[in-house]
Amino acid sequence: MSSGTSAPRTVRRVDWRAVAAGLAAPVLALVIAILVTSLVLVVASDPVGKVWETLLLVDATDAQRSRAVVNMLNSATTYYFAALAVAVGFRMNLFNIGVEGQYRLAAFCAAYIGAAVSLPAPLHVALIVVVAMAVGAMWAGVAALLKATRGVSEVISTIMLNSIATALVAFLLRKAAGDQGSSLNLSTDQLPASGRVPGIELGFLDTPIRVYGLVVLAAVAGLLYWLLLERTRFGFDLRATGMSESAAVASGVNVKKMVVAAMLISGAVAGLVGIPALVGEDPYAYTLTFQSGLGFTGIAIALLGRNSPIGIAIGALLWAYLDVAANRLQIQAGVSNEIVTIMQGTIVLSVVVAYELVRRYRVVSEQRRVAAAEPLAAGGGPVGGGGPSGGTGTAQGVPA
Amino acid sequence: MRRGIRAAAVLAAAALALAGCGSDDEESPAASPSNGASKPPAAVELKIGMAYDVGGRGDQSFNDAAAAGLDKAKAELGAESQEVEAVTGEAESAREERLTQLAEGGYNPVIAVGFVYATSLAKVAPQFPDTHFAIIDSTDATGDNIANLVFAEEEGSFLVGAAAALKSKSGNVGFVGGVNTPLINKFEAGFKAGAEAAKPGIKVQSQYLTQPPDFSGFGDPAKGKTAAQGMFDAGADIVYQAAGGSGGGVFEAAKAAGGKAIGVDSDQALTADASVRDVILTSMLKKVDVAVYDFLQTVAQDQFKAGTVSFDLEQGGVDYSTTGGQVDDIKAQLDDYKQQIIDGSITVPTTVS
Repeated sequence: MSSGTSAPRTVRRVDWRAVAAGLAAPVLALVIAILVTSLVLVVASDPVGKVWETLLLVDATDAQRSRAVVNMLNSATTYYFAALAVAVGFRMNLFNIGVEGQYRLAAFCAAYIGAAVSLPAPLHVALIVVVAMAVGAMWAGVAALLKATRGVSEVISTIMLNSIATALVAFLLRKAAGDQGSSLNLSTDQLPASGRVPGIELGFLDTPIRVYGLVVLAAVAGLLYWLLLERTRFGFDLRATGMSESAAVASGVNVKKMVVAAMLISGAVAGLVGIPALVGEDPYAYTLTFQSGLGFTGIAIALLGRNSPIGIAIGALLWAYLDVAANRLQIQAGVSNEIVTIMQGTIVLSVVVAYELVRRYRVVSEQRRVAAAEPLAAGGGPVGGGGPSGGTGTAQGVPA
Repeated sequence: MRRGIRAAAVLAAAALALAGCGSDDEESPAASPSNGASKPPAAVELKIGMAYDVGGRGDQSFNDAAAAGLDKAKAELGAESQEVEAVTGEAESAREERLTQLAEGGYNPVIAVGFVYATSLAKVAPQFPDTHFAIIDSTDATGDNIANLVFAEEEGSFLVGAAAALKSKSGNVGFVGGVNTPLINKFEAGFKAGAEAAKPGIKVQSQYLTQPPDFSGFGDPAKGKTAAQGMFDAGADIVYQAAGGSGGGVFEAAKAAGGKAIGVDSDQALTADASVRDVILTSMLKKVDVAVYDFLQTVAQDQFKAGTVSFDLEQGGVDYSTTGGQVDDIKAQLDDYKQQIIDGSITVPTTVS
């Protein structure tokens, strides 16, 4: 730990080797992903060139490109919250698989309460956001309490809580929907106008679809995440606990308290996942067709973004970009929409593999360099030289 | 070091995105230029766009029925088509984009298969006033260019409910629903009403395989088998399934328990796995294929009519099947109920009280 934090002050000059190594991993990941996807396309005898062309919007009209951009930004906003929620847990070695249940329960409760009250616009939206965060935190809190008091693994408890949330929301939605007449959908009441957030119009785009107003909230959440984790005592404790629980305990961190706090924050962020769509898009209600599965998407994107707020943003945009291409790929390139799932999966795997390969390469090359520079101290050199970079690499990487 | 790694991660991710754009140049010249949508239109009248629900063509259920209607129309009317399917749990914008791309690509008519498209269709249809749209199973989206094709599933289910009650020796029948949604509730409500009408006081067990938004209950034969087994163990001798692809498991359970099962949507005594066809007493026919074909025909004849088209018993849109001859002995009674429903002397509920 100590060598890791003090190191930046000594290595201040631009280390081109480090930059090259930093770029190597994502470039390698992308090359692997493109190769594997192309291979899958060839094996399935799909038109490889046409697929990439469609994916990159080569022949698209302005309207199509504009819609793709707006839809990508909107999906990415949703994914960003999901991935941040997961990442908070990851930084502390907590695996919050329950984002899925947390956000659906939160979105339902926020939709229900939001439709039931009447407030001036900013307060109304604030209430919806607060309710969503509170419900998300509460649902995650169940798992946190079970872990802190009874030592129940949060992996097990959150998976089970997901099932319970599904049943609970289905039950409550039916109650809330009441008699829907001939409609085969179930829906909460629509949010009144004061509970909606108007979309942002991007002037240079040619589409009636607007960017979710809450994209701003996503940016704020990302900033807060960074400040909290990197610039506060709490964040330091949280990361320390994630890296070594015993070391954290030895330095006076109350691990149980940290578990509860991290889970509550994770749950509160998870509660926001469904809100941009809820307040920003027709039908302004929680319905049977409300987007599901975002909790799991969040896990993949947190891995892709390596738990960094900017990495996650880029991961979310990439993921959304591919998702938005699914319809185009079917209609224009004539390939199954499963190809998108294959690409996304391949990218996550490639990123994990590429970072590990590059990390190993760096450790080895550092050891060689140190050994070459200090031939007499070859025995002790590798430990001193390779230790910190290897150690931080693992700590920052994929949690177990 | 820590800061260095963070910077590297940021650069890395940025490079990832940039590289994504970069490969544009490598790929585009290699591919042959094309005009986006599809092949140049031959001398055909219709260019049909089909937006399926999750599962798409090949789901052995709802989507396949719609696809059958499309195939028939293509064979008889000579049409070209573009079929697109939904992704599980997708965002509203994905459905909207799908319908937009079909309409924009010149497909007319465009058929939205399933109530999930209602919200997006209501948004997209006004943007393409010259395109004819149809939506199956929903009256939520209405407009001058939208036809709503809806079914009276409860009426058909009433008849197979009566058949189950008349054929049951134990006075105990079962209903297995795929996913607990209002659509499948209509099947259950009709089945229960029919069973009760034919044999007052009969016991009807009822179970749904999953709760929304978990729609796996429409595609998991193992779940169907377990649920039906439980019902047979609890004394049922006939089980009705409205569970899409999970229905195969219900038939297997019936076979193993020496009981009977009732199929759904298509005549499953003809379409189910050959080994279980003999346990299928009858099937509740929901003729989505007929609805799709009829709709396409009206469009081909330039007689599109907006608004609700109801496919009920009177119209022949729902019915019971007689393949296998297992309900021949009670056919008179069933046809009597059918007539009473058509007359209006029996009103079948659409929700379970």
